[in-house]
Amino acid sequence: MNATFEVSAAVAVLATVMMITRPSAVHALLYLTVSLLAAALVFFVLGAPFAAALEVIIYAGAIMVLFVFVVMMLNIGDAAAAQERAWLSPSAWIGPSALALLLGIELGALAATGGLARPAGVVVGAQAVGIALVGPYMLAVEVASFLLLAGLVAAFHLGRAVMRGD
Amino acid sequence: MASVPLDQGLLLAAILFALGLAGLLVRRNLLFMLMSLEVMLNATGIAFIVAGARWAAPDGQIMFILVLTFAATEVAVGLALILLMHRRNPTLDADASDRLRG
Repeated sequence: MNATFEVSAAVAVLATVMMITRPSAVHALLYLTVSLLAAALVFFVLGAPFAAALEVIIYAGAIMVLFVFVVMMLNIGDAAAAQERAWLSPSAWIGPSALALLLGIELGALAATGGLARPAGVVVGAQAVGIALVGPYMLAVEVASFLLLAGLVAAFHLGRAVMRGD
Repeated sequence: MASVPLDQGLLLAAILFALGLAGLLVRRNLLFMLMSLEVMLNATGIAFIVAGARWAAPDGQIMFILVLTFAATEVAVGLALILLMHRRNPTLDADASDRLRG
């Protein structure tokens, strides 16, 4: 179990180092996604499967999709097609793919040894988190909803200015 | 089964946070700065999860959910601001916008 943690942590650190040293934003995004997936595996090993699922769905899923969307929006131009072709070269995706493959092998090893059903340490599952979330942390949930509403209004307002071409 | 020691998890969080901070200071591209902020927030989440796992309490995961909410909001507003700024002067250089003009 400790080996799983250490390999995941190494993948996370390596992917993050590669991310901050890439010249191209799309390459950096690939590495950042791998880093977040490695963090999700770390959460799982630590006995937080609910947080691991949220990390994959929201961080590696939704937030990265936003980033990719904006990167693609910023690259509307004559050089866009040539750039896309350059991004599809093996040197662009071989590094993130290798790191992701390492994470996949780890997950397979966990499944083969029955570690998926029983992670190391004490598992604090979604039920315990949910009970605490709507119990003692009710006020924090309300504050989070304020924050999300503020983000929604701000993104809508700024997006409208972008559409107007202002 | 042996669980992960507290210091190893916190070390991972500290390394990732330092990497994010280094990226934020070194890179001048606004997209990269936002990505480095994400790395730093993620490192904070890792620290919360590690601490929650140490005492087998759900509080760490709840703080992680709040960090996640904050990260999502920050990315939505930050990316909208980047799009707006790119529309006004077509560069993503953070040093290019050094005049506080409305």
